Amino acid sequence: MAASILLVAAILIGISIGTVTVPIGDIVKIIGSRLFNISHVNVDPMYTTIVWNIRFPRVVLAGLVGASLAIAGAAFQGLLKNPLADPYTLGVSSGASVGAVLTIFLHITIPVIGSYTLPFLSILFALITIIAVLIFAKRIDRSMKVETIILTGVIFSSFLSAFISLMIALTGDELRQIVSWLMGSVSMRGWEYIQIILPFFLIGSFLLLMNGNELNAMSFGEERAQHLGVNVKRRKMLVLTAGSILTGAAVAVSGTIGFVGLVIPHLTRLLWGPDHKHLLPLSMLTGSAFLILADLTARTVISPTELPIGVITSLIGAPVFAAILIRNKRKGGER
Amino acid sequence: MTSIKVENLFGGYSGEPVLTDVSFTVEQGEFFGILGPNGSGKTTLLKMISGVLPFLKGSIFVGDRSIQSFSAKELAQVIAVLSQHSSQAFSYTVKETVALGRYAHKKGLFQTWSQKDEEVVQEVMQWTGIEKFQEQSLEFLSGGEKQRVFLAQALAQEPEILLLDEPTNHLDLSYQKDLLDLLHKWTREKGLTIISIFHDINLAGLYCDRILLLEDGKVIKNDTPKDVLTENTIQQVFKTKIEMHQHPKVPAPLMVLLPDDALENGGTEEVTENHVGVFDDYILLQSPMMLKTMSSGVIGSGIGWYNTFINRYVDKSYHSRNYREELKRFVVEEGLDPSNTVGMMTAVKMENVQYKQYLDKDFSILVVVTAGVGNAVDVSRSVEHPFVYRPGTINTWIIVNGRLSEEAFIQSIITATEAKVKALAELQIPDQETGTIATGTSTDSILIAATQKGKYQEFAGTITPLGKLIGKGVYECTLEAIQKSLKRSPDL
Repeated sequence: MAASILLVAAILIGISIGTVTVPIGDIVKIIGSRLFNISHVNVDPMYTTIVWNIRFPRVVLAGLVGASLAIAGAAFQGLLKNPLADPYTLGVSSGASVGAVLTIFLHITIPVIGSYTLPFLSILFALITIIAVLIFAKRIDRSMKVETIILTGVIFSSFLSAFISLMIALTGDELRQIVSWLMGSVSMRGWEYIQIILPFFLIGSFLLLMNGNELNAMSFGEERAQHLGVNVKRRKMLVLTAGSILTGAAVAVSGTIGFVGLVIPHLTRLLWGPDHKHLLPLSMLTGSAFLILADLTARTVISPTELPIGVITSLIGAPVFAAILIRNKRKGGER
Repeated sequence: MTSIKVENLFGGYSGEPVLTDVSFTVEQGEFFGILGPNGSGKTTLLKMISGVLPFLKGSIFVGDRSIQSFSAKELAQVIAVLSQHSSQAFSYTVKETVALGRYAHKKGLFQTWSQKDEEVVQEVMQWTGIEKFQEQSLEFLSGGEKQRVFLAQALAQEPEILLLDEPTNHLDLSYQKDLLDLLHKWTREKGLTIISIFHDINLAGLYCDRILLLEDGKVIKNDTPKDVLTENTIQQVFKTKIEMHQHPKVPAPLMVLLPDDALENGGTEEVTENHVGVFDDYILLQSPMMLKTMSSGVIGSGIGWYNTFINRYVDKSYHSRNYREELKRFVVEEGLDPSNTVGMMTAVKMENVQYKQYLDKDFSILVVVTAGVGNAVDVSRSVEHPFVYRPGTINTWIIVNGRLSEEAFIQSIITATEAKVKALAELQIPDQETGTIATGTSTDSILIAATQKGKYQEFAGTITPLGKLIGKGVYECTLEAIQKSLKRSPDL
């Protein structure tokens, strides 16, 4: 409940504030008239343009990306029993980026799916990356310690980033497009981007929400989950795929935005407990609110210049990551 | 009715075979133990039965269905597992953790929490005694409490078969017993089948109906504890020196480890006359080492290891209802440790003691006798005696510098008693009540103690070397002690 209010408030504030401040009452009117097809509304047409064509799609996109990353992070953490896991630290975001950069760099368009080529390849690369990371981590250390997985993720991240840099070095005019995209942003995306992410968002989050109990069981270890009756192999693949779909689609529309999937589930768990049946939906709500507010901060804090949104999330996320790591270590010492 | 049948099972981890041709059957309601040294394949076997580890060859049947035909959920409705290590990454509450046990019984996409789920969860939390902290977070619990939470989780599955991997590993002694008592009860009352890996051989012997003994992935034995836990088998399989005894209270084998230095015949020290002290109101024998003792004393009686032996004089009028506690207090007052002491009481004056060391070629005994015959009894006619206490007792101590078998202890008592009877006959001590020759007194006590070092004496019958020495020693000392007491106070 509190999380829903937070989200609605974040949406309204996110739309309202900017170089031109739009009164909240007008926002409600504009959105209401569009949604319910009422033609006559007594609002400044400039406001309508700002709200409907610029700010609202931007806020919705930020919200969807935030929700996707947060629920994916929560699911990865439960699956790997690893509070430090998130699409970014696991290298999944980097994998998705490689897919996206390749698409842009090589001007790939797969027939039939057309504009969905970009998210499709991002998702594919995200999935390949997460599976590769897990296989590698298992090779290094059978017990899959928290740090081993993260370390493997970092190695993959660095390698993939180097690969992206290589491609950037080889590009000519696509350079600026790729670089700005890489920094992570939800600005100037418009409704077509929402169309791109929405189906993947719906499929991915539906799959994860269906696996709340299984994630609870798996956070006690895969063997324990199997003993409890969970079909671990299938559920694991399902969760990894759903997480990759969400991450890949999010990266495809907004670039790599780090730490949302780490910070939000952690915060949510602190407030509402670790039960995935609640954790997953609540992470979605708080995640979208968080990213909407982070985007608001990114575009207003040194206005008129816009900061990449990833800067804001990393500024908040990295210290939280460190804090969790220290806390975890301490707990480990006592065991 | 669910039994487990394992047939010609082969398998292990990634190509490395651990188990070779393992077959056994566990019936419903059985408490079935799996024993074996480290690396013998116990856990591998359990993992295969629990369905998490595939096997190479052979088959496992749960009831009449092959284990491979079960889905994970179906299997979890029949088999629950309590592992040795349980980890958790997040701070679930106790109840949330236990509630996960209901997973196997849920159906459909939206797994709702039913009335029955709640009832089962509350019930198992009560059984395991964790309902008090059901809202607490798991991370704040002790190892033993956590183990009980995971047991409750397993029981919430309402399994017919429970698999345990060293269930008592992290538990305090009292919880070990509580847990195993509880599980044992359920096998009897609810028909729960238990297959459990044990680390502790004695615990397995106490609780299991049958034990499967594994070595290098092969079945060595599959039988009742009594037949599996034999000295030879365990020594061979575990490659260590142990001795198999019997549990003093229940019919179960009891294994003891033998530390290396206890087996060395270290020291040539012996118990001699010099260790005996005669004081006004007691005789004290303080041995330089602990002696294995079999006695009928007032304190420290029965079988045990002691190094202090006291025979205390009490007046004829001594009357204490709690004479045992009273004697203990006396021992403490004298600066002795009652837990290392065997104590006797007598109304015979201490100067009537007779003690002497008797030597054979390579062993010796020390005999100490106090005797009074005021209430001498002919045992063959003791039914004619009223139950009245009269002072006058023969207390016999025999200390053997040698190693005695249990038979030798018992035979020593027979031999010493025969010698005592002979001494009384020799002196024509009458039974006042019947007028016949007495065979002893009504309150005689005996003590056989041995250093358990030096020459091994398997027997102590009357014509064995030890028996000969005891016969001679006890006869002579009893004779002289009685004569002394008769001289001083002819009425006793």
